[in-house]
Amino acid sequence: MASLVGSRVERKEDKKLLTGRGRYTADVNFVHQTFAYFVRSPHARAQIKKVDTSKALKSPGVVSILTGADIVNDKIGGLIAGWRIKSEDGSDMKVPPHPPLASDTVNYVGDHVAVVIAETLDEARNAAELVKVDYKILKAVVSTKDAMSSDQIYKDIPKNMCFDWLLGDRAKVKEAFDKADKIIKIDLVNNRLIPNAMEPRAANADYNPSTEEITLYTTSQNPHLARIIISAFNGVAPENKLRVIAPDVGGGFGSKIYPYAEEVVCSWAAKKIERPVKWVADRTESFLSDCHGRDHVTHAELAVKNDGTFLGFKNETIANLGAYASVFGTVTPTYLFGPCATGVYKMPAAYSNVKAVYTNTAPVDAYRGAGRPEATYTIETLVEKAARELGMDPAEIRMKNFPTQFPFQQTLVHSVDSGDYVGGLNKAMEIADYKGFEKRKRESASKGKLRGIGLCSYFEACGIAPSPVVMMLGCGIGLWESAEVRFNPTGNVTVFTGSHSHGQGHDTTFAQIAADQLGVPIENIEIAHGDTDKGPFGYGTYGSRSLTVGGTAIVKACDKIIAKGKRVAAKMLEASVDDIEFSNGEFVVAKSNKKKTIGEVAFACYLPGTYGEVKSPLPEGDEPGLKETSFFDPVNFSFPAGSHICEVEVDPDTGETKLVKYTAVDDFGTIINPLVVEGQVHGGLAQGIGQALYENCHYDESGQLITASYMDYTMPRADNFPEFNLGFTCTPATSNPLGTKGCGEAGAIAAPPAVMNAVMNAIGTEISMPATAEKVWKACNKNKKRNSEAA
Amino acid sequence: MSKISLEVNGKKITKEVPDHTLLSVFLREILNLTGTHVGCDTSQCGACVVHVDGKSIKSCTAFAADLNGSKITTIEGIAQNGKMHPMQEAFKKLHGLQCGFCTPGMVMSAIDLLQNNKKPSDTEIRDWLEGNICRCTGYQNIVAAVKEAASKM
Repeated sequence: MASLVGSRVERKEDKKLLTGRGRYTADVNFVHQTFAYFVRSPHARAQIKKVDTSKALKSPGVVSILTGADIVNDKIGGLIAGWRIKSEDGSDMKVPPHPPLASDTVNYVGDHVAVVIAETLDEARNAAELVKVDYKILKAVVSTKDAMSSDQIYKDIPKNMCFDWLLGDRAKVKEAFDKADKIIKIDLVNNRLIPNAMEPRAANADYNPSTEEITLYTTSQNPHLARIIISAFNGVAPENKLRVIAPDVGGGFGSKIYPYAEEVVCSWAAKKIERPVKWVADRTESFLSDCHGRDHVTHAELAVKNDGTFLGFKNETIANLGAYASVFGTVTPTYLFGPCATGVYKMPAAYSNVKAVYTNTAPVDAYRGAGRPEATYTIETLVEKAARELGMDPAEIRMKNFPTQFPFQQTLVHSVDSGDYVGGLNKAMEIADYKGFEKRKRESASKGKLRGIGLCSYFEACGIAPSPVVMMLGCGIGLWESAEVRFNPTGNVTVFTGSHSHGQGHDTTFAQIAADQLGVPIENIEIAHGDTDKGPFGYGTYGSRSLTVGGTAIVKACDKIIAKGKRVAAKMLEASVDDIEFSNGEFVVAKSNKKKTIGEVAFACYLPGTYGEVKSPLPEGDEPGLKETSFFDPVNFSFPAGSHICEVEVDPDTGETKLVKYTAVDDFGTIINPLVVEGQVHGGLAQGIGQALYENCHYDESGQLITASYMDYTMPRADNFPEFNLGFTCTPATSNPLGTKGCGEAGAIAAPPAVMNAVMNAIGTEISMPATAEKVWKACNKNKKRNSEAA
Repeated sequence: MSKISLEVNGKKITKEVPDHTLLSVFLREILNLTGTHVGCDTSQCGACVVHVDGKSIKSCTAFAADLNGSKITTIEGIAQNGKMHPMQEAFKKLHGLQCGFCTPGMVMSAIDLLQNNKKPSDTEIRDWLEGNICRCTGYQNIVAAVKEAASKM
C-alpha cells in the first residue's frame, strides 16, 4: 500500500460543506427552543445604578430576563484568566473580576448587562430595547500608550497595570550595548485587529430535567476546555452533567479557544428555565465582543557591530489586555511573545519587558500567531533598519546572524531542535528573483511607480505543549493531547482526537496518518472530534498544535494497537510474538506466508470464545476488544521557520500600494498533506497582509468602536492579493515521531514585516500599519515636499 | 403576512410569512435549508448568496414576500442525482475551502460568474468575488477552483 503521508489527498470533510450539509451551531435547533438576546453596555465605562426589567418582562413572548443580580444570587463564577504571570518584582498579576453579566460596572462597549429570553428572536430583541439601565458614565481609558497614566479603572489595580514582566537579563544587555558600534532604535505600534471568523459565535444549550444534564452546542475550538471552565469556574453544572459539542465550526483563529459570557449564560439559563436557549451573534456583536488581537506599543533597540553582527536586543512593550484578562490574554504578550522577539538570530544578550494594561475596550486574546507576529514584526523591521543604517543588503545582514548549528539554544528560552535558515532564505531569494529587483524597480519608476522589496526571516515556537514547561511558566492547565483509536468489530476504525478541526482538515490529515500506521484504507477511518461525550478529554486546537501533539497521540495509540495485534496474531497463527512482523495492515510470521490481516485480528479480539469455527484467539492476560488510548505530552515545542519576500508597487499620486509579488519559503518539517499545508500558508498570509495593509480596529476617545461592521473594518478581499509563490524546505522536527512542525500561523507571523519592509523600501519613510492609501500618500507627499525644499 | 408561492431547488412551495422575513431567514428557518449562511448584517460578506431566477443575489438583503413566483436555487440544489456540480468538484479538488462557512455563497457566486463569462481571467475572477469574504483560504485556491470549473463546464 502506497504511503498516504505526503500525498495531496482531497479532503474527506469537503462534500458535506460543499453541498450545504455542514452543521454549524446556528443550524442546530431544539424543540421548544427559546431565543436569547443580550443587553449590552453602550458605554465604555460606567457604573450600573439600576437595571429595570419591569416593562420588558411584559413585552410579548418574553420567557425570562436575567441580570447580574441573578448571577450573584446563583453564585455563578466569573470568566477566567488561564495563565498566571508574575511581575519582575515577583508580585502576582492583578486581575479584575469578570462576571458573565455585570452587576456594578461595565467596562467596554458591548459588555454584558442582561439577557432577554423569549419565544422568538424578534420578541427577545424587541423586549431588550425595553430593559432600562441607569448608568453613571465614567471617563473611559482607551489609549494603550497612556493607560498607565489615565484614570484608574479598577479599585485594586493601580496604573491599570496587570503586570510588569521581564524575560532576560538587563545587566548583560547593558554590557552588550556598551560594546556596540551602533544602536538601532525603533518605535512601533502593532495595530489592534479583530479576528473575524466568518461564522459568528453562537450557542444553543439544552437542559434535560430527567438526567439533569446540559448539552451545549457552541462555536468552539476547544469543547473540552469550555466544559471544564463552565463547570469548575462558572459552576453552572458538574463536568459529568455538562456535554459540550462543537459541531462544524466556521473558523476560529484564536477567538473561539475559550468560552465567553454568552455560553455560560445560555447554559445556566437553560437549566433555570428548563428549556433550550439559543443565541447567535450578529456581526456587530462579534466585532464588539469577540476577543481582539495584537495591540502593542513597542520601543526596541538592537546593538550591532559595524560589520552587521548583532550584539544585543532590548524590547519595552506596553500590551493592551482590554477590559478583562481573558484566558490566553496574559500569556500572549509574554511567553508567546518575549522568547521570539530576538528573531531567528544569534543574539548574545536580550531582554523583553512587557507592561500589560487594562483599558475600556474589548478583551484582547490570542489571534492567529498570538505574540509571535508582534515579536517578528519588532525584530524584522529593526533588522531591516539596521541594514539600511549600516549600508548592508537586508539579506546579507540576516545571513550573517543566522545560527547554523542545531540544536540551537535561542537567547531567551527555546532550544530549537532543527532548522536550515540559510537554505530557506537562499531558496526564497531564488524564487523571488531577488537579484532581478533593481531592474524591476527601474521599470516601475519609468511608469511613475515606486517599487519596494521587503524581507522577513522568522522562527516561531508552536505546537504549544510540554505540560511541565507551560505549567512552570504559569499555565493553569496541561497541554498534552489525547487520541483513542477504536477498531470496530467489522474492521473499520474510529479515531477520537481531543483536538478540534474548524477548517484545518483533521478529518483527512489525521486519517492519512492512521491509514499509514494501521494499513487500513482511508475511507474506512473516521476521525471524531468536537464532542466531550465522545472520546477522552483533550486540549483543542490553537498554537499550531493539533498535528504535532494530537497527531502524535494518534501514532502512539496505533503503536499500542499494533502491539496487542501482534500478541493476538501470534496466538492465531501459533507463532511466537517475537516472530510477528506488521506492515501494510498484515501480521506476518517471519520467513513464512502465514499471516492475518489487521481486520481479522480486530474481529477475533471481539469474539473471545469458541463458537463453531471461531476459536478464542486471546492470549492469556489480554482483555477482549481492540481499542487503545494515548495521552501524548511532547518534550518540546515545534519550531517552524522560513523566509518571506514581498514586492510592492506604490503609486505616489494615490498612495495605493499594490502587492505585486509574494514569496514564502517555509520549513514545517515533514508535511502530511501538501494541499492542506499550502492552504494554511495562503490563509495565514492573507491575514498577515491584511494587518499590514488594510485591517485596523479603531476605538474613538470615548471608547466607542468605530470599526464595528464590514463597512468600516477592512476585510481583505479576493482582489487584494496576487498569486502567492510558495516553497518549502524540510528539516524534520526531532520532538515528535512524525517530524512535523506547526504550519497554521506562519503566514500571519511572517507577512506583516515582509510587507511593511517592502512599503518602507518603496517610499523611503517609516510608516505604521496598516499602510493605507491615505497614510502612504501623505508620506509620499511629505517626501516630495522635503525633496523640493532641499533642491 | 404575505402568502408566497415559489420554486425552491425545483420544489414548488407555498407559505405564509411575515412581510419582513428575509429570504435568508425564510430558507434557513422555515425551509430548514441551512446551507445558506449568514455571516454579517450589512450585506457585505456574501455567505448567503443564492440564485433567484438564475442570478446570484445576497439572500440577507431580499424579502421573501417580494419574490413571489420566483425560482430559487440554493447550495443544496446544485448537485444533480447525487453528483456534485463541476464547481463543487473543483473546490474539492483544489482545496478551495477550509472551514466551509463562506463556501456556499462563494460557490453560488462563482457559478453565476461562469454564466456571464465562460473563461474568466484571474483578475476577472478576483473582481467578481469581491463581494464574498473568505477568512481562511487567502482566495488563491478559490480562484484556481473557479478556473478549473470553467475548463470543465
